[in-house]
Amino acid sequence: MSDVTDTTHDASTRPITSRRDPRYEVVMYRHVGVEGAHTLDYYRSHGGYEAARKALSQMSPSQVIDEVKASKLRGRGGAGFPTGVKWSFMPPVDGRQRLLVVNADESEPGSFKDRYIMEDDPHQLIEGMIIGCYAIQATKGMVYIRGEYVKGYERLVGAIREARQAGLLGRNVLGTDVEVDITVHRGAGAYICGEETALMNSLEGLRGNPRLKPPFPAQAGVYGLPTTINNVTTMTSVVHIVSRGADWFASMGTEDSKGTKLYQVSGPVERPGVYELPMGATFRELIYDLAGGPKEPAKGFFPGGSSTPPLPWTDEYLDLPMTYDAMAKSGSMLGTGGVIVIPREKDIVSAMYNVVRFYAHESCGKCTPCREGIATWLPKMYQKLLAGLGTREDLSLIEDMVRNNRGTAFCPLADACAMPVQASFKWFRDEYEYIVDNGKPMYTKSDWWQA
Amino acid sequence: MVELDTIPPFFVDKRELVDEILGRYPEYGRRSAVMPLLWEVQRAERHISEARINEIAEILDIHPTEVKGVVSFYSEYHGEPVGTYHLQVCATLSCSLAGSDQLYDHLVDELGIVNGETDHEGRFSIQKVECLGSCGTGPVLQVNDIYYERVGRSRCDSLLEALKRDEMPEAWRERGGDNEGESKAAFLRNGAGGGEGGAE
Repeated sequence: MSDVTDTTHDASTRPITSRRDPRYEVVMYRHVGVEGAHTLDYYRSHGGYEAARKALSQMSPSQVIDEVKASKLRGRGGAGFPTGVKWSFMPPVDGRQRLLVVNADESEPGSFKDRYIMEDDPHQLIEGMIIGCYAIQATKGMVYIRGEYVKGYERLVGAIREARQAGLLGRNVLGTDVEVDITVHRGAGAYICGEETALMNSLEGLRGNPRLKPPFPAQAGVYGLPTTINNVTTMTSVVHIVSRGADWFASMGTEDSKGTKLYQVSGPVERPGVYELPMGATFRELIYDLAGGPKEPAKGFFPGGSSTPPLPWTDEYLDLPMTYDAMAKSGSMLGTGGVIVIPREKDIVSAMYNVVRFYAHESCGKCTPCREGIATWLPKMYQKLLAGLGTREDLSLIEDMVRNNRGTAFCPLADACAMPVQASFKWFRDEYEYIVDNGKPMYTKSDWWQA
Repeated sequence: MVELDTIPPFFVDKRELVDEILGRYPEYGRRSAVMPLLWEVQRAERHISEARINEIAEILDIHPTEVKGVVSFYSEYHGEPVGTYHLQVCATLSCSLAGSDQLYDHLVDELGIVNGETDHEGRFSIQKVECLGSCGTGPVLQVNDIYYERVGRSRCDSLLEALKRDEMPEAWRERGGDNEGESKAAFLRNGAGGGEGGAE
């Protein structure tokens, strides 16, 4: 592995950080969108379940964990916690049921990578879960899928049925004595259930309010049992890490951010969609080379879903490498990799009201800072601004409120709203000042509907 | 509580279904079945009535208030019946940038109902919803379980016309980027070299 961090710039050992690098291959989305790719026949005829076979027949559970640790894979749900380390937090086997839960509640605005995996390539997720269950020695996997993803739910349930019949799930997976079975649980419309402790409550048949941490899920998770919770594309990454090896994965990206990752581009660009790139590629490569660039002048972008602080449309930020470290240094976050392009003509106050309204709607009401600040006062303040009734004092009040919301709420939802609001003041203060001084927005375009 | 006497129980002739749902969860996690049971009711009756809340509470051996607490938490369970065609308009940022605000206004004009309402005949209802995970293919309109993506003006009208004729078109599954399939991915892989762009 030492060669991948070599700085001699020898082309053969330099880490892959661009999709233009001829060594780079799309792996997770290779078959997504291909007709019939969701069937077991298709999946197996393209090498499917060979990684699970390799893990179960040639590796011990701890070897799988070591391989994932060596790959330096970090959780793809947004927080970026090292996956292998998370797996090793599971307590020693003590006879209790152990659980692997996959978070498929994908609800962060701007994120839509998991939906296509479950609709078009559900066996890839199942294979990742078999490997994950084996590594943490769990016999039960559960997928928490958001209620709106009916197609994905049906495809996933169908694929699990196929896998059971083919002996890929059940008591003797692939003819070994390993037992794994998977249950799919549908949500019913609640962003907060993507937060792992709220997800566990929802899975248990309770309201989706977050729980206090600690205890962490590995100590006391679903039903109080040892539980590991991973994102959909964390699981699909594991398939290829086992198949191709940790060195292959770690040959892409930078020191702190390894491997291949799925990004999404939405907003007014030529080719919106999901794109798979090596970590360390730039926003410019994603937005211009792959997504075709903006269709109209842009002034900023959310780098990784609407909860990540937006950045201005300048060379400095477009040329940032998409890594956990570089994004943290920029004052934002990599998040889910869901880039939302903000066109110049969209008034920032109106755009941010949309974001604020989302978090206000999705606040669970459990704690006071979020319920009163994010869910009640903040949308009202934005409504006042947009009605042309705002004052400079109102701007100070909004800034004061979101500053006090930072770090004071029970779970990260309040921060997820407060941080983008703060960033919008940092980069686009002129638009806020314009609307309070003039009683109307700087940009007045309101009809975005196409023929 | 009058309706308890007037409508027949929902699950009484669905023992197999109930057992299958309960069987998905361990016995100590019996309560986990509350959401799938609610989904069965919601799908069949387009809302969750007091009577069904009581039935589910009885099946799970919990208090009806606990079931009601779950129903009220999630935006996809409805206390009042929604229409035969329940139109869910994504209102969140990416769809808004693709015209979902105008799409919503248009539906209001065409159907004479607003967010949260069902028409007199019980045919149409409208709900503004938050991000449906279709950000690259917005605006998205979810009718019952089906996603209709990139619903521009003319497509919106043709969809409404079809629904008014009681025809539900196949899902409009739009694609973009690497999910357009392997050939597209290969094209982008090979063709990605040239198009270096600048800011603005």
